[in-house]
Amino acid sequence: MASDDVQAVMDARADAAVARRRRAATVRNVSLAVGFVVLVLVVNVFAHGNFLEPANFSHVLRQIVVNTILGVGQTFVIITAGIDLSVGSVVGLCGMVMAMVANTLHLGGPGTFLVTLVVGLAIGCGAGWINAQPVVRLGLPPFITTLAMMQVARGLAFILGHGQSIPLTDSGPFDWLGSGYIFGGIAGFPGIPWSVLVMAVVAIVFAIVLGRTAYGRYVLAVGGNEEAARLAGIDTRRVKTLVYVISGGCAALGGLLLMAQFSAGTPQAGTGAELQCIAAVVVGGTSLMGGRGTIVGTFFGALLIGVLNNVMNLLVIESYTQQIVLGVVILLALVLDALRKRYLAAR
Amino acid sequence: MTVAAPDAPLLVMRGIVKTFPGVRALDGVSFDVRAGEVHALVGENGAGKSTLMKILAGAQPADAGAIEVDGKPVTIDGPRTAERLGIGMIYQEFNLVPDLGVIENVVLGVEPRDGLFLDKRAAGSEVAKVLGELGIALPLDRPARRLSVAEQQLTEIAKCLVRHARLIVMDEPTAALTDREIDALFALIGKLKGQGVAFVYISHRLEELPRVADRVTVLRDGKAIETRPIAQMPQEDLIRLMVGRPLESHFPDLPPVAADAPVELGVRGLSADGFVPVHDLSFDVRRGEVVGLAGLVGAGRTEIVRAIAGADIPTAGEIDVGGARVVIRSPHDAIRAGIAFITEDRKAQGLVLGMTVRENTTLAHLDRFERGAFIDKPAEIVATNEEIAELHIRTPSSEQTVRNLSGGNQQKVVLGKWLIGDARVFLFDEPTRGIDVGAKAEIYTLMVELLRNGAAIVMVSSELPEALGMSHRVLVVRDGRIQAEFARADVTPDKVIAAATGVAGAAPQGCA
Repeated sequence: MASDDVQAVMDARADAAVARRRRAATVRNVSLAVGFVVLVLVVNVFAHGNFLEPANFSHVLRQIVVNTILGVGQTFVIITAGIDLSVGSVVGLCGMVMAMVANTLHLGGPGTFLVTLVVGLAIGCGAGWINAQPVVRLGLPPFITTLAMMQVARGLAFILGHGQSIPLTDSGPFDWLGSGYIFGGIAGFPGIPWSVLVMAVVAIVFAIVLGRTAYGRYVLAVGGNEEAARLAGIDTRRVKTLVYVISGGCAALGGLLLMAQFSAGTPQAGTGAELQCIAAVVVGGTSLMGGRGTIVGTFFGALLIGVLNNVMNLLVIESYTQQIVLGVVILLALVLDALRKRYLAAR
Repeated sequence: MTVAAPDAPLLVMRGIVKTFPGVRALDGVSFDVRAGEVHALVGENGAGKSTLMKILAGAQPADAGAIEVDGKPVTIDGPRTAERLGIGMIYQEFNLVPDLGVIENVVLGVEPRDGLFLDKRAAGSEVAKVLGELGIALPLDRPARRLSVAEQQLTEIAKCLVRHARLIVMDEPTAALTDREIDALFALIGKLKGQGVAFVYISHRLEELPRVADRVTVLRDGKAIETRPIAQMPQEDLIRLMVGRPLESHFPDLPPVAADAPVELGVRGLSADGFVPVHDLSFDVRRGEVVGLAGLVGAGRTEIVRAIAGADIPTAGEIDVGGARVVIRSPHDAIRAGIAFITEDRKAQGLVLGMTVRENTTLAHLDRFERGAFIDKPAEIVATNEEIAELHIRTPSSEQTVRNLSGGNQQKVVLGKWLIGDARVFLFDEPTRGIDVGAKAEIYTLMVELLRNGAAIVMVSSELPEALGMSHRVLVVRDGRIQAEFARADVTPDKVIAAATGVAGAAPQGCA
């Protein structure tokens, strides 16, 4: 009886805490959204109405596909207080290998696509697994092991094509992914780019993995306190190995998308992508110290950077200036986040 | 710097108020310290001691109230101001730079300079002078990470002294010290008192207060309840004032072990290469029995339980749980075998501080809350609320981040994490370190509850009264070996200390 009462009180309190957190999140999101809309309208005026064109909207989303997908994998790595610098090079390497595989296969469309995809994922995940080994077995810093992989994978990508791109002899099996649309043709709606759909699926699946599954919880626990996680019976090596494998797999997907877009494997594809996606992850609120982060945040981080690039292109801002603005915005986002946290902590 | 008139308070804090969201941490606290006095500050966790001292150290601003030093009103707006006013702070977790030597740590931030460059020679002689005057020997070049806890503490004290501190706040200074080191610390405090240095002394070890303190102030729920000379404050009064109710006895009665109780944990020839190697260890724990592991800090007691729990991998030996041989190569294996390990350092090893009470409670048994591929969060909340109710965990809800809980409540969350499993062997490593009297009693009661439900308990404890009061049998460990075994009926503090130090007939020290 008494314990039932306590139970009821505790339940009510838990509900209240959750509701409070939801309310705070709603307020934050609504104010962000309002600010965003105002910004969009202003930009639209300056860009002579080009910004709010549906075609431009779809263009922005297509631009951020690869960065978001790499960011998803990177989010897992960064939550464990790690970092994966190799993703950009793995994008290039996987693109080259997949182009070679596609060019040697004669299985017809879907067969060629599937085998190419599987080989690419195997290379990407394999690279991630290799990244993880020195980290989990010897305790080496992931900054170094993935930096090494960054060099090796890029070098391999160039060697495979003798420094040249490898054009697809038959781009048929990949064109839908590179430039195709789905759900189009209704009332003039151009449809959704296939690549954007792939990005959405990847982001949603991994958001669920992180937020709803035991593995996701373990990733957060390992990042928050690795020793406590280990003593709670969690196989921390496996958890950490898997985040690098996920990151490598995401890089392979990124490589596939770029290859489909260019109808070729390009050895320099993905150059600098590691820093772009780390920026998206961090702007999205994931802590480099580990233990905290969300996929949704990463998506919005990538979106913010993508919109910014797009706006600056529409306003015909010089590319050197664009770099400066981007850098300042990333810093500003982090400073604002830090100030917000300090404000919340001080209350 | 003005010299205070004799007996005029060096420091006065008046009507200090500090509010955190939902909590009034300090509710008009007044407190004063005289020159050359040791003023003990006691209270349960969450009573407001740390907050009061953080305000004094300039780490947090007060919402209201006044502070006077030498009779003059002051505003302490940051750690630098506190330092200039002669206030030194030694936190329980030391603030030393691990790779810097003693000298560099002591003069950190106040380095003597020779033009543009650091004057290492002047720094060395200044530190040597401060230490020499007090008769302290420290390895001056050794990096802080290789110093013992006591040596680190002396380094912290030296840090205060080169900054000309006249008031030193010490938070739980004896928590990790051996009895001999405690004696040395008290002697040093006495010497500094003679030079007019005052101390605010925060401790949960009430029995040591008469040895070191002049006056004592009890804080409860953010209020200063009473201040008295220590001589007029018997320990029972102190406890009553702290908890606001009389505590019948420190330790509950242990239910006797049934004559035919089966062996629940059997250890044979266990060896492990931990921080202190463990050699060829054998002992049994029966159902319903508490076996206490006593000994000095660094004797290898923690290493023994770590090896059983799979935290370190044993190099040799066999372990039986419930009569069946188990192979333990990882904490996961130990948990599956029914062994729960409640670690000594809850912040570093027991909890993920950034996670909620719920997430910590279910962490070791998450597989039970999986429905298909997903975690069943409502089931988690139900299970967590059961533990919150059973253990009287003071938290607004299961969704509170454990970082925001007090030490005693954090420790209860660690216990809850293991109680939701069905372990039959519980390894407690310093289960009540750094938590308040009320929470201690609750944890003892819980241990008795576990015994009644058929658990077997191994308890490592550095507090002799606890090791003797809460064990059916006491094993004394030294150098990673069991040196002696005593039944509850004929164990005495002297016997334990003699076995622990290897000195026959050693005098009992530091035990109540």
